[in-house]
Amino acid sequence: MTSFSQAAVVLAQQGGEDVVGTGEAIAFWVLGPLALAGGLGMIFVRNAVHSALWLVVSMLSFGVLYIVQSAPFLGFTQIIVYTGAVMMLFLFVLMMAGRDSADSMVEVLRGQRLLAALFGIGFATLLVGALARSLVNVQAQVPPDPYDPARGGGAGGLGRLVFTDFLFAFELTAALLIVAALAGIVLAYRDRREGPKRSQRDLVEARFRGEYKRRSPQPGPGVFATGNSVATPALLPDGSIAPESLSELIESTNTARLIAEQDRVLGSQAEHDDSRALLAGEDEQGSEQEGERK
Amino acid sequence: MTSFLAQAQEPMTRAEVLADDPVWLILIKVVALFGFGVLMTLFMINWERKVVARMQHRTGPNRVGPNGWLQSLADGIKLAFAEEIIPTSADRKVYWLAPVISATPAFVAFSVLPFGPQVSMFGEQTYLQLVDLPVGVLVVLAASAVGVYGIILGGWASGSPYPLLGSLRSAAQVISYEIALGLSLFAVVLYAGSLSTGDIVDAQQGGWFALLLLPSFIIFVISMVGETNRAPFDLPEAESELVGGFHTEYSSLKFALFFLAEYVNMVVLSGFAVTLFLGGYMAPWPISAIGDGYFNTGWWPVLWFVAKMLIFLFLYIWLRGTLPRFRYDQFMRLGWKVLIPANLVWIVMIAGVRAINTSTDVTTGQKVIFGAVAILLIVLLSLLIPEKRVEEDSGVPTTGGGYPLPPLDLEVPKLTPRQAALEREQRRRKRAEVGAGASTAGGSSATTTDGTGKEADDGNV
Repeated sequence: MTSFSQAAVVLAQQGGEDVVGTGEAIAFWVLGPLALAGGLGMIFVRNAVHSALWLVVSMLSFGVLYIVQSAPFLGFTQIIVYTGAVMMLFLFVLMMAGRDSADSMVEVLRGQRLLAALFGIGFATLLVGALARSLVNVQAQVPPDPYDPARGGGAGGLGRLVFTDFLFAFELTAALLIVAALAGIVLAYRDRREGPKRSQRDLVEARFRGEYKRRSPQPGPGVFATGNSVATPALLPDGSIAPESLSELIESTNTARLIAEQDRVLGSQAEHDDSRALLAGEDEQGSEQEGERK
Repeated sequence: MTSFLAQAQEPMTRAEVLADDPVWLILIKVVALFGFGVLMTLFMINWERKVVARMQHRTGPNRVGPNGWLQSLADGIKLAFAEEIIPTSADRKVYWLAPVISATPAFVAFSVLPFGPQVSMFGEQTYLQLVDLPVGVLVVLAASAVGVYGIILGGWASGSPYPLLGSLRSAAQVISYEIALGLSLFAVVLYAGSLSTGDIVDAQQGGWFALLLLPSFIIFVISMVGETNRAPFDLPEAESELVGGFHTEYSSLKFALFFLAEYVNMVVLSGFAVTLFLGGYMAPWPISAIGDGYFNTGWWPVLWFVAKMLIFLFLYIWLRGTLPRFRYDQFMRLGWKVLIPANLVWIVMIAGVRAINTSTDVTTGQKVIFGAVAILLIVLLSLLIPEKRVEEDSGVPTTGGGYPLPPLDLEVPKLTPRQAALEREQRRRKRAEVGAGASTAGGSSATTTDGTGKEADDGNV
């Protein structure tokens, strides 16, 4: 039983011949189809989260392939950065937005498909050209020993290359990423407060100055309340209903609609409900607006 | 091939010895590591309950087995046979997959932890470690990165809002704290000159990195707790806010897997902290000096390793028994605004110190001058920090203590405004009765009933 790294050492000593070890071949024929399946699954699956998961499968396969090709640093970095951070953020956004949001087939940008097709063909040409050249022209190189950073293997060798020969490219990439991050912050940030943040004390004083409706917090359900539902108003000591405990939403909804809503929540129409999303789906919001108009 | 044979004559490196293991030995190691993880989980649950109970003046579990030590085993068996309830709104495939994704990487990370030096197992020379990769440190990080998928997918697939919120929290939390964790590894890797866990342990023969790189150690321990979602950073499963967090909808064996993953992750990260900062399997100082390092050979180091690991595991329990849960924004502020910047400053410092130390043409006198200049700069820069301005008080008049209190010379009015109004009313009525006689009495009584009616309305509206 020789590990992959040992196999790589043997390979390195045999020079740049086109020799593929058995372990390497098995790994390739398992991981290659898996990566391909991941890519295809990502495109053809309708559910956005499932699609992202297929992409994760693809990325993990690439990572393991790098490790097998005696580039363990690259492989694990791929798993940590792409699978661990980038795809995680993707999933994060997908879950926030709800899974139905990716199913929209409406073309928003005019001429989008034409442009996409053009760019796709261009990219495919570049890819095929590079692949063809790599199969014909490029000489196989002896892989550096990952245990020997001094002679260009592993993280040490990569670091030396990045900070000497490829410094400019590295700095450019860093600048690009920083600009992208800043742009993200600027686009997403919106200041909800006017002026500096008010402390608890400021808020107390503002309340007593009369900037708010009440001086005290909202009352809890009264002593004689029979339930803790929003729909159950609090009772005052004399048995009358405490007006502040009435839910504005429930009071302003007409009864027929309220009952329909309750039916929906109770499960008679549960299949239309996207319970995995934090935000309501588009059609649901639309129907709500219609209801308000009526 | 000749060079390969020539290599065998010089002493084999750790990686080569491990790569030379026969298959049966690898299988033994794998099973031993798995067993260790499961046993430590069972032990940890019991130990945690007992220690927290002692901290709260209770007895803790004391029924099953000697002194209650088999309680978690009984709980585990019960959990495996419990009825499984899957919500109708669950995404079944992902729901099934999530606990598996959560538990597997936790065990994978065990494979790079060195438990001991070279020993002889059944006549075969080997190290007490499953595999020694040139990037062993990254394996632990990658395993924890993949493990989060279990949590986040479990929360999403449950089809219920609380688990979803829990999983979103956990995703943000683990990503944030993995940066701090990774940065605190930086100093260790710089000093050890290698990413391999075995080499890092060897590099600590002169002194533990916990003493040499104290800031890194502290940040590592803090982010280690954040990374494993444990108290006081257990926001993804905050009982008071999210019921149970990401595993609210899980039951039976799947829930047990999540539980297992959490505890195995704690064990792995404790072992990782020992490896990186506490000298790994090396004996602590007074013991290591006995018999010319006798206690650093053979099977003894396993004892030191597990003992040091238990210190960290006790720290986990201690934190849980002592500290309240952080609020989410406080937690994020700690991660992004304190731990990461502090780490970056520290890295720049040690990189500078190392660069000066390793360059040959810097004399000791120059080093002293550099140090003095650096300290002077820091002092001068600290003068630039603006003083915290005390805001002028222009609000409600108060009398000391900072709380709105009534003034000392407050005169308490004899009557409340309402009483005063009533009194005025009475006086007016009396005057009217005196002035107009019986003819207006009916009218005034009408106003009073009106008034009471209004009051009742006020009460109701």
